[in-house]
Amino acid sequence: MASPYWHLLVAQVRSQTQYRFSFTLELVFSTVLTLLDVATVFVLFTVNDSLGGFGGGEVFLMVGICALGFPLADFAVGNVERLRIYVRGGLFDAVLLRPLSALGQLLAMDLSARRAGRVVQGLVIYVVALVVAPIAWSPAAAVLVVLAPLSAAVFFGAIFVGAATVAFWWIESGEFANAFTYGGRDFASYPTTVFGGLFRRVFAYALGFAFVAYLPALALLGRSDPLGVPDWLRWCSPLVALFAAGLAALFWRTGVRHYRSTGS
Amino acid sequence: MIIQTSALRKDFTVWRKLGRLRRERRVVTAVDGVDLTVAEGELLGYIGPNGAGKSTTLKMMTGVLTPSAGEVSVCGLTPVPQRTRLARRIGVVFGQRSQLWWDLPLTESFSLLRHVYRVPPADHAARLRRCRSLLDLDAFLDTPVRQLSLGQRMRAELTAALLHGPRVLFLDEPTIGLDVLSKQAVRGFLGELHATGDTTIVLTTHDLADIEKLCRRLVVIDHGRVVHDGTVEQLHAAYRSKRRVVADLDTAWPDGLTLPGASVERVEADGLRVTLSLDGATAGEVVAQLAQVVPLRDLSVLEPEIEDVVARLYTGR
Repeated sequence: MASPYWHLLVAQVRSQTQYRFSFTLELVFSTVLTLLDVATVFVLFTVNDSLGGFGGGEVFLMVGICALGFPLADFAVGNVERLRIYVRGGLFDAVLLRPLSALGQLLAMDLSARRAGRVVQGLVIYVVALVVAPIAWSPAAAVLVVLAPLSAAVFFGAIFVGAATVAFWWIESGEFANAFTYGGRDFASYPTTVFGGLFRRVFAYALGFAFVAYLPALALLGRSDPLGVPDWLRWCSPLVALFAAGLAALFWRTGVRHYRSTGS
Repeated sequence: MIIQTSALRKDFTVWRKLGRLRRERRVVTAVDGVDLTVAEGELLGYIGPNGAGKSTTLKMMTGVLTPSAGEVSVCGLTPVPQRTRLARRIGVVFGQRSQLWWDLPLTESFSLLRHVYRVPPADHAARLRRCRSLLDLDAFLDTPVRQLSLGQRMRAELTAALLHGPRVLFLDEPTIGLDVLSKQAVRGFLGELHATGDTTIVLTTHDLADIEKLCRRLVVIDHGRVVHDGTVEQLHAAYRSKRRVVADLDTAWPDGLTLPGASVERVEADGLRVTLSLDGATAGEVVAQLAQVVPLRDLSVLEPEIEDVVARLYTGR
């Protein structure tokens, strides 16, 4: 017997098949948006030769890691943001009454096939970035080329889950959550050096967004961090991502225990 | 004991807005020290006014809500930490919430549930067959759930809750909003399920006919506390519910007439109809006395109404 989650997922896809037109529309829109994101980088480099001390190819590599990692996370766990709908309506009761992991069900029941399209776009951008960027190829770099976007995906996934979990206490937390998910992606797509002061310290180091694309990109490019982060830390993204995922899981557990349901 | 709670308690923190930034923190106790034991195979009616804590108790028993204090064990498991194991052993119907997939035909919801609960196909088929015939599901098995009538949906929910062969079935207001026929279908089905003795049933309801038709044991909860736990008869005895004799007369009831062991509750229809409530005397004795003092045309004996008792319970807070 296949996994019950798989069956939940198939049921979800079947329920969605009625909405084919919006599927196509969504794909068109997301392609346009992705292209605009990439175009932004090109526009920046028509004005300036470098961004935070990095050349076009180098920044493009950071954009590429995020461009693949973020949609991967969004595809796999992005729909966790729908948690607040479940919490508000008390629908989360039904989730807790089934003999399956609550998070697993939520992800399987709301998985949106549309988001798969963006993963493909992201993959294209990443491959182009690998060709364009002046990468210092080595066996370790080859491994990191594969692990970097995956770690980014795990890290963003943790942010998605963590930010959504806030809804157990604060239902109107949607915009707050977006600040960390979409805001985090935008932060991570650029070299940490372009940001300053407190903002950099909080987002890059306290929240760890420097580990998403900036530091692994430095490792791939064979450059040291001009801000003085030790070289070995550039290789630590997978560990940081796993740590973030562990924290998010703990936070999620606490959230579920605080679920209040609604009146009968 | 298949269900056991001791000093079970649930507090909710409510924040009240006082000003732009000032909030007042208030703790509302929804369930306040409930001790309850339910034996295997029992059918327990759990009633109380709105906001008394019925649903909250059920949600703590099913692993949806974490208790603030006290103990709860169902099927020997602690609901929240052992939620997924417990979920296989219990079935839940919340009248206002669906366990079914809104956009899918009913049969597909059922087969999905088979995968979710990992039920062997033969068991699943046998249980489904039984529910199909007892609950008359065949007419709407291929209809998407969102198009079912409330009565149809409730029958479907009952089936969905039983397909994995749960040892305990929790029902939160299963007859709410149903028409008379659907109510009867649901009650009849629950009665039969109870008669087989394999399934323990806990039922909350506002419809006291559910209780009278189904439950031997009744637990009344108010303000989060158990105010009665016993049989329906014990409830009547405790609150001195009285049987009544209503007599239609050929001549008007003489003013001031009294009978031993009964008291006059109402005189209506220009004195031609009198309602006596029995305090000690039997209906037979009262009728015999009546026949001696007034010309009787017609008689009826009214059993005490559980509604009255419960209304008194709720208002006598």
